[in-house]
Amino acid sequence: MRNNKLGRLYRDGEIVIKKGDEGTCLFVIQEGRVEVFDEKGDSEIKIAELGASEFFGEMGLFEKDVRSCTVRAQGNAKILTIDKKNFYKTIQKDPTLAYKLLQKMSFRLRELNKKVLQS
Amino acid sequence: MRDFSSEHFLLEDGSKIAVIGGGPAGSFFTYFALDFAERLGMEISVDIYEPKDFNCAGPKGCNNCGGIVSESLIQALATEGVVLSSDVIRRGIESYTLHLEQGSTVIETPFNEQRIAAMFRGIGPLGADGKDGGSFDNYLLDLCKKSGANVIHEAVTSAIRTADGVTLSTKSKQKARYDLVVGAVGLNTNALDIFKSICPSFVPPETTKTYISEFKMEPELIDKHFGNSMHVFLLNLPHIKFGALIPKGRFVTLVLLGSDINKEIASSFVNSEAVRKLFPPDVNLDDITPCKCFPSINVKGAKLAYDDRVVLVGDSASSKLYKNGVGAAYITGKAAANTAVFNGISAAAFKKHYQPVCSNLERDNVLGKFIFSVTGIIQKSHLLKSAMLGLVIKEQGKKNQNRRMSSVLWDTFTGSAAYKNIFLRFMNPLLLIPFIWSIIKSMFNIIFKGK
Repeated sequence: MRNNKLGRLYRDGEIVIKKGDEGTCLFVIQEGRVEVFDEKGDSEIKIAELGASEFFGEMGLFEKDVRSCTVRAQGNAKILTIDKKNFYKTIQKDPTLAYKLLQKMSFRLRELNKKVLQS
Repeated sequence: MRDFSSEHFLLEDGSKIAVIGGGPAGSFFTYFALDFAERLGMEISVDIYEPKDFNCAGPKGCNNCGGIVSESLIQALATEGVVLSSDVIRRGIESYTLHLEQGSTVIETPFNEQRIAAMFRGIGPLGADGKDGGSFDNYLLDLCKKSGANVIHEAVTSAIRTADGVTLSTKSKQKARYDLVVGAVGLNTNALDIFKSICPSFVPPETTKTYISEFKMEPELIDKHFGNSMHVFLLNLPHIKFGALIPKGRFVTLVLLGSDINKEIASSFVNSEAVRKLFPPDVNLDDITPCKCFPSINVKGAKLAYDDRVVLVGDSASSKLYKNGVGAAYITGKAAANTAVFNGISAAAFKKHYQPVCSNLERDNVLGKFIFSVTGIIQKSHLLKSAMLGLVIKEQGKKNQNRRMSSVLWDTFTGSAAYKNIFLRFMNPLLLIPFIWSIIKSMFNIIFKGK
């Protein structure tokens, strides 16, 4: 990977967030892909695959609860961290910063509803 | 005859906006105005007038800028869903190296990740070609085009207020009427003059001269000598508050900030030992300098940068002192767009909702001036510089410690935080006490060890 992408480099298979850990950051994928999965016993249940410009870990910004899923890099991925403290300070000055985040969360909820109805 | 009824000053379906200037401030205004309008289900149109072709190398496509997108702006844009393309980022900066006459130290970025982007506003200095990477300004203009904006590659020559709006004329004698005209012309005095007739109370910003030059080198040499670090110099040289060398692809950009910098001052900096030793010894710096310029920067914001149907954004209105001009373009551009779409386009709306954002930047700049005055005192003192360097080296050596001085310096030089925030952190006793202790130790070293 060239050094003209921002964020931290996660190698193929490296865990970005682990289920059960405390969530204090939002992550935005700058390059590459990640997979989101949950563990049930010894097996993994894949929840989603995310690519460049998509974000994850947003629940950690709004809830005090621990991470609900594990996210790992699929191939090398560069991921930018948005820390909770900075996020809230900025959003205090400019609430419109949350529009895209809310839009995406609303979209994910809609997708989840569809999956529930299909299952 | 001007109509002062408030409903006449609200954007609605079919409203037309002209943005004069396609730099970051104009693009951010456009991007957010179209985004906010879409959220409200309102159809507006935006024409961006930009005579420059940012796909040209050198002065033709350049907007005279150091070319740094700060950590705070990268984070804000990422949250907005705007991820800068790898074509635009010439290098991700992961640390900065502080150089003093007393020595150097590397200060690592928080979280050990690349959070600052080095870029060129055009495609690069003279000698650059498209293969080197794309233009930052073009990237933002493309975002606006994708959102539905129309880019007109023409210069606006005049603006006349009419009963139902503002009419703009271009160099090719084209005329068009707009409901709102946005000035994003930077510090271009000719372009600012256009606003005199439609914004008569507007007082342009105060400026000073700065210096930017480029050094062309092989990427391997840049990797070896500069790495992914922004090199910051606090040297005891007259007129220079701060100097930085920023590696980018095949070029290294030199930025000098201070008061009325001229050729001789720039030359004294470039030939100083601390700067010279960073470059390969056999290189003649004049031979590898394709471009140099003395652009103006905003040191005091404009007054009354708005009127009915008119608003100025970015450097034309308010900026951040010495730093993060692109960040200030984002703040002012977005605030003006927010006001226009949600609150209207009257002078009263801009006064109530947009002016406070500019005033905040100006108030913060007062503290910025104080911080740079303190930096100036440190810059001239061997003792204080040794103490500061000693403290930073100590902090960087301890991985899990709160690196207070390092983080204050990081934010001062990268423009990532507001000056107020930096000031409050600098005044924290948990920083001041170790600093005073470091001063005492340096004093001891100077007196008894001659260091």
